Amino acid sequence: MINGVMQYFVNIGRTSIESVQAFGRMGVLCWQSLTQRNTNMKQELTLIIAQLYSIGVLSLLIIALSGLFIGMVLALQGYTVLSRFGATEALGQLVSLSLIRELGPVVAALLFAGRAGSALTAEVGFMKATEQLSALEMMAVHPLTYIIRPRLIAGIIAMPILALIFNMVAIYSAWYVCVALLHVDSGSFWANMQNAVDFRLDVVNGLIKSLCFGVVVTLIALYQGYESIPTTEGIGRATTHSVVLASISVLGLDFVLTAFMFGT
Amino acid sequence: MTSVLASLQNVTFKRGDRSILKNMSLAINGGKITAIMGPSGCGKTTLLKLLTLQLEPHIGNVTIFGEDAGFYASHEKLLALRQRIGILFQSGALFSGLSVFDNVAFPLRQHTQLSERMIRELVLIKLHMVGLRGARDLMPNELSGGMNRRVALARTIALDPELILYDEPFAGQDPISMGVLKDLIKKLNSALGVTSIIVSHDIAETTEIADEVYVIASGDIIGAGATSVVKNLENPLLKQFFQGQADGPIPFHFPAPSYANDMGLQK
Amino acid sequence: MSKTKMEFSVGLLLCLGLLAFVFMAFRVSGLAGSTSTGKQFSVLAYFDNVSGLVEGAKVTFAGVTVGRVQSISIEPKTSKAKVLLAINEQTNYISTDATAVVQTAGILGEKYIGLTQGAETEVLHAGSEIFDTQSSLILEDLIGKLVMAFVKKDDK
Repeated sequence: MINGVMQYFVNIGRTSIESVQAFGRMGVLCWQSLTQRNTNMKQELTLIIAQLYSIGVLSLLIIALSGLFIGMVLALQGYTVLSRFGATEALGQLVSLSLIRELGPVVAALLFAGRAGSALTAEVGFMKATEQLSALEMMAVHPLTYIIRPRLIAGIIAMPILALIFNMVAIYSAWYVCVALLHVDSGSFWANMQNAVDFRLDVVNGLIKSLCFGVVVTLIALYQGYESIPTTEGIGRATTHSVVLASISVLGLDFVLTAFMFGT
Repeated sequence: MTSVLASLQNVTFKRGDRSILKNMSLAINGGKITAIMGPSGCGKTTLLKLLTLQLEPHIGNVTIFGEDAGFYASHEKLLALRQRIGILFQSGALFSGLSVFDNVAFPLRQHTQLSERMIRELVLIKLHMVGLRGARDLMPNELSGGMNRRVALARTIALDPELILYDEPFAGQDPISMGVLKDLIKKLNSALGVTSIIVSHDIAETTEIADEVYVIASGDIIGAGATSVVKNLENPLLKQFFQGQADGPIPFHFPAPSYANDMGLQK
Repeated sequence: MSKTKMEFSVGLLLCLGLLAFVFMAFRVSGLAGSTSTGKQFSVLAYFDNVSGLVEGAKVTFAGVTVGRVQSISIEPKTSKAKVLLAINEQTNYISTDATAVVQTAGILGEKYIGLTQGAETEVLHAGSEIFDTQSSLILEDLIGKLVMAFVKKDDK
């Protein structure tokens, strides 16, 4: 029985050590991918553009649709509460602040992790399993430079762009619901919003958040794929891990960033 | 007298506490097809990785193209070395996002400054050698397994390597594909004068084309020499391997308590 | 997916992102026009209490924003709050006896300074001081006064 208890602690210890090790390996992966530049700039640009397409453009639909619905729901829910105080002119500022500071970066990052992150993990895992990464090495092309780096850079660029588009779509759809369906005054919607939203404090901070999320989600996705067990179950498990881990990290990081940016 | 292209001298390779290869010495002769065979888990893949300098031995030396492994320590020398060796991976390892043409052109585009026209001609020549010139615009997922491997072979010879390593080329292939591959390996060897190393467990196919054979079991070489000689050696383990006997030095039954005991017939 | 189509859609994505950014900067946060495009001059004002007023708060005249609060500090000799107002240069018609009141935007909103015109012909310029000031309304004091008024009424 004592053995069982001891084993429990041993397991906790081992998992913690392995987690820290994995964290370290991820950092090394990030560093090496960012520093090992491709000697052929033209090729690198082509690769990054190709990745921007598969990570960014193909995620656009889900981001825009989600933004559409979230904006509308925010407007409805906000109206329900604010109308009780006769303060519906503040809807513009409620919707925009919620989106710019929190919902935009976080929800866009979660969607990104689910759609683009899982695709990245599966793709890299597949390449590992079919020995494509080894083949690259044997052809004296470093897989980090040719495969990982373009994907990492594309993910970091795409995330803030998608978050901005998410916010824009959400705010416009909220505006539509407010003005066309709830008969809120359009002028005061925008005016109160402009008064309440500060460029440096809100918009820029929101952008910084989505940049950080971009790094985190893409790095986790690529790491999980790169270190996956090269079998079909291995890839499947890595993909699930990547989405779960990325989502939790985004939420945790959001707390830390919010405390720094908006806390006292 | 053919020269030795690559060799292992007294190499020991360990993974953790286990020795995968023990004090192994072998020499690959230039211009010949050498087969490295053995039961599963005998260290064949590790051997391949040692020869391509992807792994370093714990004890002993690896020599390639007449130079010690240490010679290739610098990045440029390693790059040059990798262009002289071609590997055909077990899974083909074609790049899934590129067409057949682009896959074969990849090493040419990466490592040479040739014009696109020249590259096109070279790619078509290589594809023609493996009989797949007409498949140049297909994507890897549109190819059958055998075709996949042939395209991978075309890519392997794109830079005209001097040494080609085949990792289980016949695994899981239908008889016709196997025949095609056998034919290609033999032709490449004689037509291009390359040295080939085949790592495989397909006795029939491999012994048909190999000039020399090394049989490895549990990290040791249990048979080495010309194919015809090794096949007829009196070693019981070799005999079990070559004849595919179910029971012999490698036992059929996994260690277990007595059968009578398990069935409750004995106390 | 041909190469040109792919590059086109990536370009489109980047354009959309830029558009969204511009939208956020101007339509949503009202960036343009809120910061003064021209030069400003500083005017001094002393208040008894500027509770709730922050640096960067707007300064209005007849309800129109004409400047920003530049700095807030304490004048130890008179124990008053020393507020520096940065007023747009084009606003050269505020008389020297204007009133500066710390007002609240809405009941629970942010504090800002509202200027009301006086009767003097001389106008405010760099280095001028506004003497007629009114401090911010502190809610607790107001409630206190109200409670006191009720108590007095009861006494009668």
